[in-house]
Amino acid sequence: MKLLSLRSVLEKPMVIEEISLSEMQVELGEPLVQMRGIVKIFPGVVANDNVDFDLYAGEVHALLGENGAGKTTLMNILFGLYSPDEGEIYVAGKKVEIRSPRDAIRYGIGMVHQHFKLIPTLTVAENIALSLANAPAINPSKHLVEEIERYSKRYGLEVDPSAYVWQLSVGERQRVEILKALMGGARALILDEPTTVLTPDERDELFKTLRRMADEGCGIVLITHKLEEALSVCDRITVMRNGRVVATVRPNEVVAADLAKMMVGRDVLLNYEKPPSEIGEVVLRVEGLRVLGDRGLVSVDGVSFDIRSGEVFGIAGVAGNGQSELVEAIVGLRKVESGRVEILGRDVTNQPTSRVLGLGVAYIPEHRIERGIAPDLSVVENLILKSYRNPPFSGRLAMNTDYVREWGKRLVEEYEVVTPSIDAPVKLLSGGNIQRVIIAREFSQEPKLIIASHPTYGLDVAATEYVRKKLLEQRRRGAAILLVSEDLEELLALSDRIAVMYRGRFVGVLEADEITLDRIRVMMAGEEEAS
Amino acid sequence: MFEDVAISLKIAVEAGTPILLASLGEIYAERSGVLNLGVEGMMMLGAVVGFATTLTTKNPILGVLLASLVAALLSLVHAFACVSLKANQVVSGLALTMLGVGISGVLGRQFVGSPLPVRVAEASIPGLSDIPLIGKALFSHDPFVYLSYALVVILWFVLYKTKLGIEIRAVGEDPSAADAAGVNVALVQYGCVALGGALAGLGGAYLSVVYTPAWIENMTAGRGWIAIALVIFAMWDPLRAVIGAYLFGGLEALQFRLQQALFFGYRIPVTLLGSLPYIATIAVLVFASSEAVRKRIGAPSALGKPYFREERVF
Ligand SMILES: Nc1ncnc2c1ncn2[C@@H]1O[C@H](COP(=O)(O)OP(=O)(O)O)[C@@H](O)[C@H]1O
Ligand SMILES: [Mg+2]
Repeated sequence: MKLLSLRSVLEKPMVIEEISLSEMQVELGEPLVQMRGIVKIFPGVVANDNVDFDLYAGEVHALLGENGAGKTTLMNILFGLYSPDEGEIYVAGKKVEIRSPRDAIRYGIGMVHQHFKLIPTLTVAENIALSLANAPAINPSKHLVEEIERYSKRYGLEVDPSAYVWQLSVGERQRVEILKALMGGARALILDEPTTVLTPDERDELFKTLRRMADEGCGIVLITHKLEEALSVCDRITVMRNGRVVATVRPNEVVAADLAKMMVGRDVLLNYEKPPSEIGEVVLRVEGLRVLGDRGLVSVDGVSFDIRSGEVFGIAGVAGNGQSELVEAIVGLRKVESGRVEILGRDVTNQPTSRVLGLGVAYIPEHRIERGIAPDLSVVENLILKSYRNPPFSGRLAMNTDYVREWGKRLVEEYEVVTPSIDAPVKLLSGGNIQRVIIAREFSQEPKLIIASHPTYGLDVAATEYVRKKLLEQRRRGAAILLVSEDLEELLALSDRIAVMYRGRFVGVLEADEITLDRIRVMMAGEEEAS
Repeated sequence: MFEDVAISLKIAVEAGTPILLASLGEIYAERSGVLNLGVEGMMMLGAVVGFATTLTTKNPILGVLLASLVAALLSLVHAFACVSLKANQVVSGLALTMLGVGISGVLGRQFVGSPLPVRVAEASIPGLSDIPLIGKALFSHDPFVYLSYALVVILWFVLYKTKLGIEIRAVGEDPSAADAAGVNVALVQYGCVALGGALAGLGGAYLSVVYTPAWIENMTAGRGWIAIALVIFAMWDPLRAVIGAYLFGGLEALQFRLQQALFFGYRIPVTLLGSLPYIATIAVLVFASSEAVRKRIGAPSALGKPYFREERVF
């Protein structure tokens, strides 16, 4: 048993006071941080395998790689969250040991995590006070308001210091995180996949802010798996694959296809074939749906649409505009205030989920760990979660174990799930393989309606490719598909029609021949087209 | 009649004080994310240590101080198990209660029946105690009651108005976020658990040294558990804990009055009256949890969950 935390109670922080990037003179182009020979092993995976990484003052440095390449791990080590098994870290040329985020912050290293590290029940000012070692002991949030506003103005990071974090949009939360790091004196700032939650406009704003910070002498690490981001806004790009650094290049030395190949290790298909399919009867009909969100406010405000068999109906929009509530209301996980949901002509408004799913509905939930699987159960048990009650899986008294195992093995093979065995707990699988298990369970029942919420979110290129291919296969088979996604390329590639959702309403619905990236982008910001 | 009510209120406050002290401590422990079900045990230990010390030294202040200290030390066992060893908090807390109750049972046996030679004198606050009703109810007490008033205000202020309070709340809501903000999570939790222990010990000692200055077997009689329930009722807010604690104190005061009362010519059985606080506990829990659901104000999100820094978060 490691007594790490006891040690951390008793020991003083390891920081050597003189080294702090915020006070030191590091010329532009000189290294702020150097990592050498970093090795980090998790049970069963070498997450970082002898990695070298440099960050210079004045640069925006992309850390590019597929999911699971080891980017977050590497930066968590720099930020003191993980302790490396081997390797050395130098700050402004001096060797240091970073034992906790506390140490990292003192050295002038800040990090904006992919899953924000903010306390929703505290205000913006309180969250910032939390991270500032020199915040006043009494009434800190009041004393900080002015300073927060000054930083907000200087970097274009508008946010209300007295608002509670739970009231903020994701974009605003991100601004709070950046403010937190800046006000803490961060000179080396790490951002982990910062753009996944932003609208295109917010993303452009963010990049402007980052550039401004770099010009002032900061070094920025931008973790991403999006090629165009790395190419368009960064000064240098380090590509990681399987825990190793493949190369560090400048954007003018490469093109997107080179980077993709470095990331994946083979050529990737960036286009999908979408043959015309036969459009049939109406499978899902939603009329005037009104649904409340968790906080009791209207989240879905009078939404109506139909989906026919053989059709993919996409819903675009920045997360938090009511898409999740809409989906939950359709499958019966959230109460419908008014309006109607019909599946295959049957009224299922406010019916129990089991009844809705029983009509031949496949559901790929947004939160795949919390809602999509039972993490501690085995792969095969997860594969029969929806059907275990029925023959032939279940006999009169007991489960039909032989049949279940046979069937599980077949699905694992057919859907190419990489797992040590069908009895391994499903939580041990990677995100992509967990999604394969869910898809295998849902699609093997030949559903009439598929409700897919962010089905490729956070998956690597190969897994994404697979999921999209499977969705198109189901479309060809004649399923009606509701696809909620923030990934515009995905929506464009798969959808026959696209609705754009903003503040609980459809801003508009585009037919196949009207869909363009630009029109969707404009509508995502809430602007109706004059057409 | 008026005088009667004032006296009842005064008894309610005094009877509520040990529960209040213990709840305040548990609020802090839980706010930092550590559930400590050992309150009953720590109170008992505090009661016996306070009693024994006062009996031998004739110094109630020393008795109460030592009681807090010893109970705080006992609570550190829980902190070590839960924070450092990441043990199951429920199991560790229950073990703590058994330990505390057991130890004090053994140590206290020799004291059964012996009253304390010293009493803590009442100290009415001049001026304030002359206010009708309120003066008698709130400002004619022993000094420990005033100490509990001060603690309520101080602990509320610290929790909501200081950097330390933000740190405590952050650790209880999301230790990984607090950690990433540079907060020493383990230190905050150790501190809050120890404070919880000290206040539970203080509450226990108040019972045996001030409230009933004699040793009775099973002195605390479940007050530790009531204090834990009260934390939920109070929604983890020191100010709200006051209301709950005096409500329970009031029930105790009511018991004595009802013992004399006749209902349709019958006396109410004493045992039934004695179970009043426990029935009320259940009622309060049912009520508070439904209200909590309605308002969506819940427990600190990380309550009861050990924090592993390198654990994968999905
Ligand atoms: N806390 C952890 N515990 C166990 N395994 C982990 C943990 N964090 C990451 N991993 C594993 O390490 C590898 C690298 O993950 P990560 O650094 O998150 O990749 P990236 O950020 O590039 O997507 C993955 O195989 C992942 O499953
Ligand atoms: Mg990552």
